[in-house]
Amino acid sequence: MDPLQFLTTANVAIVAGKGGVGKTTVTAVLARAAIRRGLRVLVIELDGKPTLGRLLPGVEVQQLSATAALAEYLDTHGLSRVTKRLASRGIIDVVATASPGIDDIVVLGKIKQVERSGLYDLIVVDGPAAGHAITFLLAAKSLLASVRSGPIHTQASEVAELLADPARCQVVLVTLPETTPVNEAVETAYALEDRVGVHLGPVVVNGVDLGPALAADAAPEGSPMRMAAEFRNARRALHQAECARLADELALPQLHLPQVAGSQLAAADVNALASPWSDHVEEAT
Amino acid sequence: MSAARPTLADHLATAEVLVCCGSGGVGKTTSAAALGMHAALLGRRAVVVTIDPAKRLADALGVPGGLSNEPTLLDVPGSGELWALMLDTAGTFDGLVRANAADADQAERILANGFYRNVAGSLSGTQEYMAAERLHALHNDERFDLVIVDTPPTRNALDFLDAPGTIAKFIDHPLFKLLMMPTRRGLKVLNLAAQPLLRTIGKVVGGDVLADAVAFFQAFAGMETGFRERADEVMALLHSPVTRFVLVASPRADTIEEACYFANRLAASELEVGAVVVNRCTPTFGEPPAKRPRTAATAALYDNLVELRHNAGIEREQAASLLVATGVPAGTHTTWVPTLPGDVHTQAALGSIRSLLFD
Repeated sequence: MDPLQFLTTANVAIVAGKGGVGKTTVTAVLARAAIRRGLRVLVIELDGKPTLGRLLPGVEVQQLSATAALAEYLDTHGLSRVTKRLASRGIIDVVATASPGIDDIVVLGKIKQVERSGLYDLIVVDGPAAGHAITFLLAAKSLLASVRSGPIHTQASEVAELLADPARCQVVLVTLPETTPVNEAVETAYALEDRVGVHLGPVVVNGVDLGPALAADAAPEGSPMRMAAEFRNARRALHQAECARLADELALPQLHLPQVAGSQLAAADVNALASPWSDHVEEAT
Repeated sequence: MSAARPTLADHLATAEVLVCCGSGGVGKTTSAAALGMHAALLGRRAVVVTIDPAKRLADALGVPGGLSNEPTLLDVPGSGELWALMLDTAGTFDGLVRANAADADQAERILANGFYRNVAGSLSGTQEYMAAERLHALHNDERFDLVIVDTPPTRNALDFLDAPGTIAKFIDHPLFKLLMMPTRRGLKVLNLAAQPLLRTIGKVVGGDVLADAVAFFQAFAGMETGFRERADEVMALLHSPVTRFVLVASPRADTIEEACYFANRLAASELEVGAVVVNRCTPTFGEPPAKRPRTAATAALYDNLVELRHNAGIEREQAASLLVATGVPAGTHTTWVPTLPGDVHTQAALGSIRSLLFD
């Protein structure tokens, strides 16, 4: 089975993972691959870091902030005259704090609204920052329990429907081939399935260096070639072992993205990374 | 300043507070722990405040049971000491409330309030402010002469630098002012029902939630002066010359961009980056032979060495120019730490990080 099939079957792909694992890279590559497959794609950035526009020239990228979404929500719910004053004086902050999850629910509600518009085949969401994926996605369930009626209740139940339907929404987890990130990905995966009830797409392992072991002992002990080979072999063995462990602990298809040399990812790198994903992809093991 | 800029080692020898900032996933906590180990070697009595250490780091530090909100003395080499603790945001906030409350009754009314529980755990900036609050308390604790802070892995980790501080923003909150009408005899609580604005907000978020918020601000009355004075002291410490900031990054564009965001954030508060640590760099292993070997096996080794050197070269060049281009002062001492072949989960591995930073 093509692990990228979800690109064509789901309407929304939420990319989630701890900070520093390369969520933004994966978002860009998924979006590019989907476009190459002929889909109408919208990319949503949640964190207010406008980097995706640079990585995806010619692709529609929308910034969505909780504060702006909440202001817009209050605007359309009878608080329009005071919204500006509320925003500038920080009351929006208090509203969000007084009822945790309300800012998340308006953001998810906004995503749901775009999804329902039918303007796009796939909406790729660069998920919320470090560790917040679970609380972010749990917002609908928590609010349904605490707010029994009114506009927020309606909003939460519509978002809950979106999240529960694999044909509409899937979560793509991103991790690195190292011990701690793999442990965290496994924990997050179980929490998302058990507590949120959202469907998980493939897990993307970013920065993977796989390949056969080099014959390090062909060079003299202590020589630069020998040390470099030993380093490379150790990294590859670690990556291999961590990918295998991830496969053991998480019954999800894996997609691997290779390391990109250098510090600055460019649009060209995204295109190169997306190439193998653009058509049918062999399932990684 | 005409003198050469201080090195990371200089800062570690002379600072009383060292704040490590940077985005998540760059090995910030590991760096903070390695800095602490070096401080103990130098004979200093250091305490490392971490936010959310991975279990393996706790193992590496020799505290298999994990860290708590109280400092734990670690068994590390050196004539000094290394202590570590994990910040408990809500617990620290509770402590502040107890310390500032007029009596136990006021403290209990606040601590039991639903709105307060949400604020203590999740109001943006609370965790950041509590990290600053804790570092102030530890700085005054005679057991320690150096406090190393591992900031939360969020963009607003440095929000506590906002004059006059997050806590003041919280006290100066419009909702608070809306409820408290200043009178000649102090603050007077207004009638909730008289506020059409509050009634409207209540319709959106739910009446219970709002009632909790109002009860909280009412219970809080009288405590704001203490809170504000404390915030001013914390601010003064952060701006004093005994406090230095270390920027931690990895050689990837997104983490460097984050690092630069922090550098700008510091500059906006008239503070500067004392030193930069770039973790997880591709290591280099010396010059390749002059000619590519002929046998296939050795040629593969040659290619690998050349590839790593090439990658390390562009990585370093791009990272260095990114740092300068986005606001880290030129000449700031930068330490490039090569990635280790395996994970850091033993004290020996942490020791190698320490020696890569300083030897």
